[in-house]
Order: sequence, then structure tokens, then C-alpha cells
Amino acid sequence: MMPEPRLPLWEVFIRPRNGLAHRHVGSLHAADAAMALLAARDVYTRRGEGRSIWVVPTSAIQASDPDDKDAFFDPADDKVYRQPTHYRVPDDVGDM
Amino acid sequence: MYSQGLIGGQADPGPDDPVLLALFQARIDAEEKIEAGDWMPAAYRKTLIRQISQHAHSEIIGMQPEGNWLARAPTLRRKAALLAKVQDEGGHGLYLYAAAETLGIAREEMQEQLLTGAAKYSSIFNYPTLSWADIGAIGWLVDGAAIMNQIPLCRCSYGPYARAMIRVCKEESFHQRQGYEVMTRLAEGAPVQRAMAQDALNRWWTPAVMMFGPPDGASTHSDQSMIWKIKRFTNDDLRQRFVDATVPQAAYLSLTVPDPDCRWNEARGHYDIGPLDWDEFWRVVKGGGPMNRERLNARRAAHAEGAWVREAAAAYAAKHAKPQVVAAE
Repeated sequence: MMPEPRLPLWEVFIRPRNGLAHRHVGSLHAADAAMALLAARDVYTRRGEGRSIWVVPTSAIQASDPDDKDAFFDPADDKVYRQPTHYRVPDDVGDM
Repeated sequence: MYSQGLIGGQADPGPDDPVLLALFQARIDAEEKIEAGDWMPAAYRKTLIRQISQHAHSEIIGMQPEGNWLARAPTLRRKAALLAKVQDEGGHGLYLYAAAETLGIAREEMQEQLLTGAAKYSSIFNYPTLSWADIGAIGWLVDGAAIMNQIPLCRCSYGPYARAMIRVCKEESFHQRQGYEVMTRLAEGAPVQRAMAQDALNRWWTPAVMMFGPPDGASTHSDQSMIWKIKRFTNDDLRQRFVDATVPQAAYLSLTVPDPDCRWNEARGHYDIGPLDWDEFWRVVKGGGPMNRERLNARRAAHAEGAWVREAAAAYAAKHAKPQVVAAE
């Protein structure tokens, strides 16, 4: 008997309705993309939660390293001048 | 449907680096969620793998007692509801397996642990569903207890588990309501229907109350799980909430909770209940319940009968896979 095949892992993204972005909802195992889509529909949209599904092989996702996150993201930490509240507008001018 | 918290197992902080442990605990205390790639103590990882996989196994095995009545549901409406509920339990098992996998355990390994009997699952599913009223009692009591347990798990410190529980809790409310509706209809019916409802309550009440796990004094993992905010309330706290919510629901149906010591305690502002037989609980968890063998055998048979489907799907995928490397010449 052949050994039990290990089915690949897929990440599932669902667009709840048009106008919203696809959002990660979870993952599942399936032999190929077509079966992954069917399984994603059955597992993640039993109550009409989606109008569009993306499935992506988990192995295709390149993630930032959680151990490196401080160094990786700190270039943005000291750039308060990118925020609107960094700039002073005279009160008399009103909302801007 | 169901989580019992962790059944058995020790959790001690383990031999991790004390500096990392302190940083980790500070994140937990600040209510920061822990995500899959983050550093975590080995024992935190181990405790979560055990708890989430036991929870997933419970969902999967939990399909069986209700599946027993799918083909014999009294009306099409009841059958559609029960089928939807059983499909939900399967879905909940899959969300939970996926959450456990983020901790580094393979799906196949968890399946293996279930099929060999190495893994535990909720003791409640080792009792038989003898009459249609049992379907009502399971929805009302078993799902009711599960919801009590699972709502605090939506705030669990481990992000993937908490997110899975949010989905589960959203879907589960219908499970309890449909169960209570079944019980209501029987309780309002002919004497023989009322007797069925009472009989189901008699058999399911104590196992449901025991779903919250042993009393806090006897639950070894409880303290560490609370410190790590995997757990938010003690077993006894959750049990008390369940009893306080459920006893009046039984009274509304004019059904009697099968516990002569169950009465309102004015001083405490809670219902008291009589002593529970924890030897029975452990006997059932460890395989000595009326249905343990049948549940595992049914699971093994389903897995074996699905083998050709998995093999065929994998063979088809391999045959149609695009070549990964294109020759340059």
C-alpha cells in the first residue's frame, strides 16, 4: 500500500462583498487548487460569508521574520512628520 | 460544539530562558496577542497543541452522536437543522486543526493521535443518543455548556485559537437554540413526549455539568493556563454560570433537573448542586464509557474508507501539476 499522501496546505482569503478587500480567514489542506476552492467554500462560507475566494499555497507566502520585526519596522517609528497632526494650522483657519 | 479545557497534562513554565519568559509574560499581562511565529515558552506551545487538538477531536467525534439521528429526524425542518449543525461541527474541527497546525504540529500527526486513541476528546461524546429527545438535550445542554466555555476562549492569548473560537461561537448560538426548541416541543407534547424529554435531561444533565472539567483543586494545569491567559475563568466558575443559566430553562419546560441537591442558595445568589462522580468522568475520558470503542471504530473506518479519495486526489494533482522548472535551452 502506498504511504498516505500529505495534502498541501492552502491559505484562504475571502471577500465578504464587493467593495471590501479579500481577507485572510484561515487555512486548509487540499490536493490541488480546484479542490482547495471547493473545500474553502464548504469550510469558510456556510452562511454566505463570501462572494469571492482566493486560495494560495502556504508555501508561496514569504513572510517577514517575527524575530526581526523591531529592526524591520523601526524606520517608520521616528517619522512623525508623516502624520497630519505634526503640522500646526492656526485655529482661525478652521478644519483642514 | 465543545471544549472541555485541557484534559490531563501538566503545564509548568519549563526550562526556557528567564529573560525571554519575563518578556513573554509582560506581553500576556499587557493583553497582547501571541501570534504563530512569535517566541513562546515550550510549555505554552505544548499546552496549546494539546488543548486545541483535543478540542478539534471533540468536534469531529461530536458529529457521531447526532449523526445517529440524521436519517430518523421527525420532520424535514428538524433534519435540515441537524444536518447543518453536524456540518458546522465538522467545520469547527477543521478551523481548530488549522489553528493547532500554526504551532508546528502536522495534521496527520493529530489524526494519528486520535485514531490510535493516544489523544483525548470530550467525555460527553462517549454516551449514546438513545431517543430523538437526546438531540434536543445535546443542543440545549452540551452546546450550552460548550458556549459557556468557548466565549472566554475568544479572548485567549493565542491569536489563531482566539480567532477560530470567534467563528465557532458565532455559529454555535443556533445549535443551542434549535436544541431548546426540540425540547420545548416535546415538553409541550403528549405525556409520552414529555417523558422522553425528561429521560433525556436525566441522562445528559450530569455529563454536561462535568464538561467543565474537574474542580479547580484537582485541575493541575489550571493555574498556569490562567497565568498565560489561555484560560480566563476556573472550571468551577464556568460550571456555576452554566448551572445558573440552565436550571431556570429547565423550570420553564416544567422538567426536573436530576439532582436532589440542586436548589437556589439565597446567600450565595447561585444554585447549589450535589457532588459529582469524578471517578466516572475519568473512567469515561480514559476509554471506559459506553460508546468509546464505537466512536473510535467509526472514526477509523471513515478515515480508512476515505483513503482512496485522498490517494486519487493526490495522484490527479501530481499528474496535472505544472512543471516547476522550465528548461532554459
